Amino acid sequence: MDHEDIKGRGEVATGGHGDIRPIALSLHPQVSLVTPCLGGSLRRYASLYAAMWKNSVVREMSFKTNFLLWIFVELLWFALQLSFFAVIYSHTDHIGDWTKWQVVLLIGTSHFVQQIFQALFLTNITQLSELIRTGKLDFMLLLPVNTRFIVSLRQVDLGGFVNAASALVVIGYALHRLDITPGMGQFACFALLMVAGVLIHYSLMLLLASISFWTVRAQSIVWGYYSLFNIARFPDAAFSGFFKVFFTFAVPMLLVANVPARLLAHTLTTPARMVLVALMCVVCFVVSEIGWRFALKHYTSASS
Amino acid sequence: MRKYLHVLNIGIQNQLVYRVNFLFRACFGLLPLIAMISVWRTIYSGQSNDVGGYTLSQMISYYLVVTLVDMLTAVNEDDWQIAADIKDGNISQFLVKPIDYMRYRLCLFFAGRTIYTVVAIVPVAIFFFVQRQYLVLPGDAATFGWFALSIVMTALLQFFSAYAMALLAFWVLEVSTFIFILFAFEYLAGGHLFPLDILPPALANVLNYTPFPYQLYFPVSIYVGRTSGAALYQGLLTQFIWVVLAYLFARFMWARGIRKYSAVGG
Repeated sequence: MDHEDIKGRGEVATGGHGDIRPIALSLHPQVSLVTPCLGGSLRRYASLYAAMWKNSVVREMSFKTNFLLWIFVELLWFALQLSFFAVIYSHTDHIGDWTKWQVVLLIGTSHFVQQIFQALFLTNITQLSELIRTGKLDFMLLLPVNTRFIVSLRQVDLGGFVNAASALVVIGYALHRLDITPGMGQFACFALLMVAGVLIHYSLMLLLASISFWTVRAQSIVWGYYSLFNIARFPDAAFSGFFKVFFTFAVPMLLVANVPARLLAHTLTTPARMVLVALMCVVCFVVSEIGWRFALKHYTSASS
Repeated sequence: MRKYLHVLNIGIQNQLVYRVNFLFRACFGLLPLIAMISVWRTIYSGQSNDVGGYTLSQMISYYLVVTLVDMLTAVNEDDWQIAADIKDGNISQFLVKPIDYMRYRLCLFFAGRTIYTVVAIVPVAIFFFVQRQYLVLPGDAATFGWFALSIVMTALLQFFSAYAMALLAFWVLEVSTFIFILFAFEYLAGGHLFPLDILPPALANVLNYTPFPYQLYFPVSIYVGRTSGAALYQGLLTQFIWVVLAYLFARFMWARGIRKYSAVGG
């Protein structure tokens, strides 16, 4: 289903957040530049991140109408995904072993992961190719902080949190229709799976964006992202063969939302699937770090 | 006329720069298509009756032909570029040159689609070949001809409506949200997600009074044989009327916008 992917077309052309304002923050007086020990380093990164948050809030609030309109756009696309499956379920009552409200639960879950990912990482990573093209990455490499940290987390897209809340509402309603009240243990596992899902999205997206060290523009990367991550909201029962194996063990898109949704819907056959999600999360993260370092080694500044 | 041929030529050369991007897009675009086909296959294997009168082959063909028409006619980055031209003041030069901006953009649009198609045809053709057992062909040559004619009108309709939307940049600073909102409706009501005639008849009827089905669904429905006979001619006429209306609207937007234009940064 490629309804949301085209949306990526303008994602980069839109915000115009291409400036590197947050960088100045690392020179902020309250942020110490020395790293005496691990604890101190953690505290330093935490205070850096807090400063970036503050900066993002100020930025968003200076374009209020735009902020609200973007939330509306995301809601509209969310409704679109739901209506697609509503139409499908008006002609059938199951896709594999997935019933209608279980699929609604799945779409809500996948939307939640995607929106949290969008809030924390998406804008930053899509800007990577722009940073490379303009040579602004030079500045970041010179900063006395981890470059991956600053590239990945510079900006927070607050609208993503609002949309994640709308996903929670949908998940809640689907659970109500399924007559399920999850216990505390389930909630905890679900939350952990959400964290793993966001990290998987992030690692894969960084790998995808690293391609722009060689070629390919940002628009195409965002487009690729939407095409790839669209798969996450399809019920896993629809797939078989190579496609299923590939998107489970190589690019774990069929785990990210399907496993937590099955957990809540009580259709998870074995807890091993949850372990698999955690495992794939670690693998993706490590691979993305290797890919990132490899790409950085090949960085030759563009302009300056 | 010769100057527009030059524009076309330059446009093609410019677009060639992005061939890797196009290939990247075309390949990734196949993923959701595969997912969609898998979902329908699973549904058909789980029940004995057809969905809305579509056999499995017809349903899969529908999505394959959607991909084909989309490849040939979808507006890619034209609307963003037009909006940027207005915002940055680049259109000032067109006001003093003997070049019509709309025809200029139309040439660039055709150039972009040509190069995109040349690049994307490779992965798309491979995919069609893999799915060939499901691909139904139009009943006769005439159907194919009407299909081709309808694709041309679809491309024009896509372009004129995108152009008119982009001209909103004369009035508002940030047009992308408006473009996305319209695009969301087009996606659903244009038939990207599912064939419109599997909707409840009342809803499908309402949609027929909007331009959206003519931006994608209509040519595809000709191909898979869902529109034929009197409905075909009536549909082609309606599509033609929408193209003319969109053209006039785009001209109107330009005429109004240019009065508002203040050549920022020109």
